[in-house]
Amino acid sequence: MTDTADKADNENRRDFLQLTAAGMGAVGAVAAAAPLVNSLNPAADTLALSTIEVDISGIPVGESRTVFWQGKPVFIRHRTEEEIKEAQDVDVSALSDKQTDEERVQKPEWLIAVGICTHLGCVPNGSKSTEPRGEYGGWLCPCHGSHYDTSGRIRKGPAPKNLPVPKYEFISDTVVKIG
Amino acid sequence: MGSGTREKFDNPVVDWVDERLPIFTLMQREYGVFPTPKNFNYFWNFGAILMFMLVVMIVTGLFLAMHYTANTELAFDAVERIMRDVNGGWLMRYIHMNGASFFFIAVYLHIFRGMYYGSYKAPREILWILGVVIFLLMMGTAFIGYVLPWGQMSLWGATVITNLFSAIPVVGEYIVTLLWGGFSVDNPTLTRFFALHFLLPFVIFAVVFLHVWALHVTGSNNPLGIDTKGPQDTLPFHPYYTMKDTFGLIVFLIAYAAVIFFFPNSLGHPDNYIPADPLVTPAHIVPEWYFLPFYAMLRAITFDIGVPFTDIVIISAKLGGVIVMFSSILIWVVLPWLDSHPIRSAKYRPIFQKLILILLVDFIFLGYLGAEAADAKYFGIPVNYFGLAATAYYFLFFLVFLPVLSKLEKGREMPPSINEAVTSKGH
Amino acid sequence: MKRTLLTALAVLAVVPFQSAQAAGDSVTPPHKYWGFHGYDGTYDKAALQRGLKVYREVCSACHSLKRIAFRNLADLGYNEDQIKAIASEYTIQDGPDEEGEMYDRPGIPSDYFPSPFPNKQAAAAVHGVMPPDLSLITKARKYGADYVHAILTGYEAAPEGKKLQPSQHWNKYMPGHVIAMAAPLSDELIEYEDGTPMTVDQYARDVAEFLTWAAEPEMEDRKRIGLNVLLFLTIFAFVMYGVKRKIWADVH
Repeated sequence: MTDTADKADNENRRDFLQLTAAGMGAVGAVAAAAPLVNSLNPAADTLALSTIEVDISGIPVGESRTVFWQGKPVFIRHRTEEEIKEAQDVDVSALSDKQTDEERVQKPEWLIAVGICTHLGCVPNGSKSTEPRGEYGGWLCPCHGSHYDTSGRIRKGPAPKNLPVPKYEFISDTVVKIG
Repeated sequence: MGSGTREKFDNPVVDWVDERLPIFTLMQREYGVFPTPKNFNYFWNFGAILMFMLVVMIVTGLFLAMHYTANTELAFDAVERIMRDVNGGWLMRYIHMNGASFFFIAVYLHIFRGMYYGSYKAPREILWILGVVIFLLMMGTAFIGYVLPWGQMSLWGATVITNLFSAIPVVGEYIVTLLWGGFSVDNPTLTRFFALHFLLPFVIFAVVFLHVWALHVTGSNNPLGIDTKGPQDTLPFHPYYTMKDTFGLIVFLIAYAAVIFFFPNSLGHPDNYIPADPLVTPAHIVPEWYFLPFYAMLRAITFDIGVPFTDIVIISAKLGGVIVMFSSILIWVVLPWLDSHPIRSAKYRPIFQKLILILLVDFIFLGYLGAEAADAKYFGIPVNYFGLAATAYYFLFFLVFLPVLSKLEKGREMPPSINEAVTSKGH
Repeated sequence: MKRTLLTALAVLAVVPFQSAQAAGDSVTPPHKYWGFHGYDGTYDKAALQRGLKVYREVCSACHSLKRIAFRNLADLGYNEDQIKAIASEYTIQDGPDEEGEMYDRPGIPSDYFPSPFPNKQAAAAVHGVMPPDLSLITKARKYGADYVHAILTGYEAAPEGKKLQPSQHWNKYMPGHVIAMAAPLSDELIEYEDGTPMTVDQYARDVAEFLTWAAEPEMEDRKRIGLNVLLFLTIFAFVMYGVKRKIWADVH
């Protein structure tokens, strides 16, 4: 009787020990893999380029400048009165990604947005007034025909979202810090 | 491996080695006397051709790697230096570059042969699934390899394809940043792609080994799809199939060499001779030709799937396209269970035969659509409607037609054995 | 059945060639006869030398040719002294010297054709857009030499009602027709000494041939080796077929 109980007890202990050993092995393996996977994330020098300051005084009304930020083009567009009005007058409930123009700009005359189509990452045309700007006067993606309006909102085509607005602040009237 | 009886070899050196490491016994058994159905047609050549192509790609790739530099500032120039200054560099590069295309031509024929003659059916399910794994690894390797010359299509193709992962809910953006090692396809991406492009062929080699192992456990299927019943149905692999495969391989090489030496760039895109520029998007981004059918399925889904009459979106168009594209290949994994019809070969299944030939045409048509501009029209109808119809047939074939035919299709009368079928044909 | 299958497979093999061609929306330039086309085509050295002259006197004002070194001009039929003479007409920046300063010196055969602008931004500042490097232009454009020839000869007045900016020009073979480059060639612009007609068409042909050479200097070797390889493989295939037939004779 006690023999069997001892045996059962022994087996339980062995099970427990084996499970613990297997568990520790798994934890060790995951812990060793984590730094390897993490090394694939953006490195410190890549992250260091995460903010830039741009002098916007030279951008004429109706034109934009494309600056490079975190390896991505950012559109800084000096909007005309007409374009601002167009952007503000849109019925937000009819948009596929519902955002008002006020949510997307800090000063109405300046639209700052990441110039990467939210469909598959192409750079939309329309920064220069000579380029095609699509049916809504903003940008037109040459890859799969997504149309963006003067607030950088998606209006037509396969892209699901508006052009993202990066974090930025106006350091002075003519200098903006992105990131 | 290594157990069991040894063969006896006349050459004393061979025999001495074999006693200690029975590698010659293994070769003799698996490639020498290995009993192989005697009725293979030339579609059974592609296994050997693929093996040859894998070696060609690894060898030329190794030598190209000795001259290549995986850095965004230098990669394009390094490839041009190979083309202009390295001795015979243009030849190595054109062999490797067009080798990818010919590798895919051979693999598509190999896969289609497997589908047409029911090679995926019991007892060869594992063999088939390993093949699907090899195909997926090949696609990954080829896609990554196309990025290395760092031309416009390299950069933008990589951008479009890696962005597919951003369609995954919640963790998508994180995964894309992890893949890129930055905030766009850039130097860290190129460097890791090069490392992976070097590694993956060896992983493919390992899976090919398993694929061949599984093949040698079950033995080969054959055009009749009936099992071998004894020595009268088979031939030793050597010299019958070694010689037949070599002949087929050389015919394949004639076509391959013609492209390498006379149309080396006909399968590529001119834009990849423009150095990559992250600020200029090419007017029309197309993947390599061998991805076009899958790319067409990706683009066919242009609508959100959600709760009707509300704005609630369950699967966005983007995610839907990605799901459709990946499942179009992953569906092959369960093919042995979708098609449970007892007859293997399409030769004895009249309805299946017609439907799978339509599938072939459908797949080629998808390839055409994949190369069209997104806003192109046929007869005034946008191409993505055609894409949707072709995609629908593709999935209907696997998910509806095959299971239904498994239950209902009445096969043609089959010959009693391979031997009788061959001799009665008056060969 | 077998025949259907074979036909289908033949289609499968041909499709990629055609669909790759179908992509793109440029205007098809007229197809010209080129001596370097065909399975045994070679470059015409006299045309290459004239094309080099056109590049040096006209194109090089704005377009770089940075992948071509003076030593490569041996392919055009120049000897070492001629190459040295051409190279020395260029000024190459070298350095730093012992004082740490950059200095100018005449070119030597191992130097590459210097670029007209120090960088992309400088080129864009002058021209609005950067004039593309020409070393690979025939490979980087659909239709290659035909395209180059067509662009150079395709200038015409803009159709009624088309408004062009001062920096824009109308070219019937440019995709979209609007091109930033002004018509670079005119008759009698470049002096040919070998009696070849000094016309825009001839200049365009010569420079297109020269640029094809610049993009594919290995072409003549490639085709020559290719013919030998195909010949070898074809004979090998017949021999192999004989071997296979012999071995299989007892089975059939």
